[in-house]
Amino acid sequence: MPKDGGIGASTKRREDVRFLSGTGNYTDDINLHNQTYVHFLRSDVAHGRIKSIDTTVASAMPGVVRIFTGADFEGVGSVPCGWEITDRFGEKMQEPAHPVLAQGKVHHVGDQICAVVAETLEQARDAAEAIEVDIEELPAVVDMKKALEEGSPKVHDDLTSNLCFDWGFVEENKAAVEEAFQNAAHVTTLELVNNRLIANPMEPRVAVGDFNRGTGDHTLYTTSQNPHVIRLLMGAFVLGIPEHKLRVVAPDVGGGFGTKIFHYAEEAFCTFAAKAINRPVKWTSTRSEAFMSDAHGRDHVSTIQLALDADNNFTALRTDTYANMGAYLSTFAPSVPTWLHGTLMAGNYKTPLVYVNVKAVFTNTVPVDAYRGAGRPEATYQLERVVDKAALELGVDPVALRRQNFITEFPYQTPVAVEYDTGDYNATMDKLTQVADFAGFAARRAESEAKGKLRGFGVNCYIEACGIAPSNLVGQLGARAGLYESATVRVNATGGLTVMTGSHSHGQGHETAFPQVIADMIGIDASMIEIEHGDTDKAPMGMGTYGSRSLAVGGSAMVRATEKIINKAKKIAAHLMEASEGDVELKDGQFSVAGTDKSVAWGDVTLAAYVPHNYPLEDIEPGLEETAFYDPANFTYPSGAYCCEVEVDPETGKVTVERFAAADDFGNVVNPMIVSGQVHGGIAQGIGQALLEGAAYDENGQLLTGSYMDYAMPRASDLPFYTVDHSCQTPCTHNPLGVKGCGEAGAIGSPPAVVNAVIDALRSAGQDITHIDMPLSPARVWAAMNNA
Amino acid sequence: MSQVTMTVNGKTATGDVEGRTLLVHFLRDELQLTGTHVGCDTSQCGACVVHVDGKAVKSCTMLAAEADGASVETIEAQAADDGTLNVVQQAFQDHHGLQCGFCTPGMVMSATALLKENPKPTEAEIRHYLEGNICRCTGYHNIVKSIMAASGQDVDSIAAEVAAQ
Repeated sequence: MPKDGGIGASTKRREDVRFLSGTGNYTDDINLHNQTYVHFLRSDVAHGRIKSIDTTVASAMPGVVRIFTGADFEGVGSVPCGWEITDRFGEKMQEPAHPVLAQGKVHHVGDQICAVVAETLEQARDAAEAIEVDIEELPAVVDMKKALEEGSPKVHDDLTSNLCFDWGFVEENKAAVEEAFQNAAHVTTLELVNNRLIANPMEPRVAVGDFNRGTGDHTLYTTSQNPHVIRLLMGAFVLGIPEHKLRVVAPDVGGGFGTKIFHYAEEAFCTFAAKAINRPVKWTSTRSEAFMSDAHGRDHVSTIQLALDADNNFTALRTDTYANMGAYLSTFAPSVPTWLHGTLMAGNYKTPLVYVNVKAVFTNTVPVDAYRGAGRPEATYQLERVVDKAALELGVDPVALRRQNFITEFPYQTPVAVEYDTGDYNATMDKLTQVADFAGFAARRAESEAKGKLRGFGVNCYIEACGIAPSNLVGQLGARAGLYESATVRVNATGGLTVMTGSHSHGQGHETAFPQVIADMIGIDASMIEIEHGDTDKAPMGMGTYGSRSLAVGGSAMVRATEKIINKAKKIAAHLMEASEGDVELKDGQFSVAGTDKSVAWGDVTLAAYVPHNYPLEDIEPGLEETAFYDPANFTYPSGAYCCEVEVDPETGKVTVERFAAADDFGNVVNPMIVSGQVHGGIAQGIGQALLEGAAYDENGQLLTGSYMDYAMPRASDLPFYTVDHSCQTPCTHNPLGVKGCGEAGAIGSPPAVVNAVIDALRSAGQDITHIDMPLSPARVWAAMNNA
Repeated sequence: MSQVTMTVNGKTATGDVEGRTLLVHFLRDELQLTGTHVGCDTSQCGACVVHVDGKAVKSCTMLAAEADGASVETIEAQAADDGTLNVVQQAFQDHHGLQCGFCTPGMVMSATALLKENPKPTEAEIRHYLEGNICRCTGYHNIVKSIMAASGQDVDSIAAEVAAQ
């Protein structure tokens, strides 16, 4: 049994106490002296030319401090995109300007036109209603394929077309892939839609801008997964504020799931306006605003083809995807359908040849960017659905077909650039077979059928690339940032220590899990260790939390900094014990000299570092504080196998998830309780995508799913208990903790299992159905069953 | 503006409110009780659930003026004065029934109301009762488990968890 508070223990979360007592500190809980409130007047048309804005009446209304329009932001920078894609032909992607407030045109419903700053929020809203905006409505384009047709309305007048880029990967393999298809014994083709989702963290976005006229310092409090990234993007590219004059604080953040990675115009507005009016400016998104201003996720339309030889070995794979970018390029949008998607198309299989084509398209819709999994769920869904369809066509067991084609030797160089360090896909499938009770399915199906229900069984595998990412590699791939992480470990005189990490916790439990690592390294109680995050004035630099990178990258930086601490502490201990540094050992918080009874406690050494009376001042400095930056050598590759069992009501088409099991390999696990919780949440989002969720636009670009009345969020009664197992552990070989990351697995691995299960259920009733697009709502399932 | 007086967490609270002021905004903005959260604007998410005269109420669906004279209890009053968590709160910590914490106050207040009505709810009853509380982090697994545990039920025998052991 691991020691409570150490690596491997399901230590209860210390942050829970404040969240359970109502004493958390979320951004909307922050109110500054003399604060004003901003309300954004947003476009109610998807595409239009602003002919005039008349704020005369509104400006005179009670409480109005100032009304800002696009004119106030002329000369101010554009909200930047952090990733540049080079297309198949060596050309750079098309990149439209993204002004803080609309300049001349609006490009999607929800685009900000004006900002009303007033003494109260109600006054700001009332005044916004009195602003007269004359917009000439233009034809909007929503459908991606139509957007690429000749003569289609252009989202941006200054771009040559609605095509952002046409990406091919691996372009050099294209001809060989074609040839493999010509020589294939069997080809399975599947067209599918990866439905547009809205992340919907329960805390809506909030921004509070503040400016100190005396010092010239700006502060932004914001609901972000990565405050340093916001500081960089907003400071350097939008507002021209150097880092040392700009502090960004992301306190307790109520969930992110990707959509709080990005730098948003509202953040820049509040920072800018606070200086302009010399008062704090606060914006709190309503949920309705969130639906039309938070970056959406997914929204791919794909055709995937799998080639097999006569022995059912996969010989080649090709896929053509249209990826919706929305109206502007959000921070990481171009990386999602490309490097986070194409590189995963080998999946768990030794398919020797892969070719991925992605056409990224501008439409008059909210920008689309990373949502839990970001590109990897889209890759997994395509791949695991086409494998299941191939098994159907060939009349073979889908699990056996997978096992036959598993990669079994590691490290494994895929044909899509990445090299998997470790994994054991048969082990996770074996584990799944056991925990999901494959053997008992026939009896459960019989029980369901006795009740008049159809029962289906769906399995899939997944691999993901996490721990994002080696900076030199992503630099070559178009990232406009490094993707290291930093940590400062500050040891206090009395032995307690504070870790300032660039990782950010918005539900992941870093405040509990990170100390478990250091507690083991030093041998002190975890309660002596405090984690500070979310403030650019505290952590030296940080790339933040997304891509399941916190422990793999941020945790590794913390380990490196702690190693430096231990090395220095050993020098001090050696001096105190009059021993040779090389003979000093640290165990359970005690330094000792091998083969002697000499020993000195951790607290004695830390005290000596700050009260250096008996101290090797000629060799080392006083104090005990170290910083490390960690840049990963490779991605990490969590993997696993998932199983879903559904019941379908043949009368209504309603699908219920009866059982769901996951067998994951996350490498080493620091806090199993937290890891299970991460998987639970991911599975719920995956089931949500498969059965319930879908953002819908009408042909004019009106968002039809603009609230929880229309967008089906998974509720407790939509979901079962899940069986999750992470006992298969092939540790990562290139980070010091051997960890791989667990945050996105559930959302990546679950949608294909659900759809595979529904198809299986329908086929059990003799229905010749091979695919239904997500979400598998009762209407869609019923229509498929009734050829409606 | 009109004056309202209510008992909030056992203390008398008085304030001037506009006719349109919602109870949740009175609690958050006037009384600084920021534990009660606002997660939507259509009374769907349940992050704002409080107890009014002993009943679970979404405080975004009630005007502050309607609560005049009422007794209101919020998340801030659930733990003992020395900070010791009550049974429901403790069960949520013990069973990892929260992640980001944003929906948590509403979940705890709803769970407490459920257990008052139904001291030993089944899994299905809990899931049904939570219809008006949305959580995006936990997939509800550990919330349901926490509520079962708070009611004294044996959660070690949940079949899905036994299978993984």
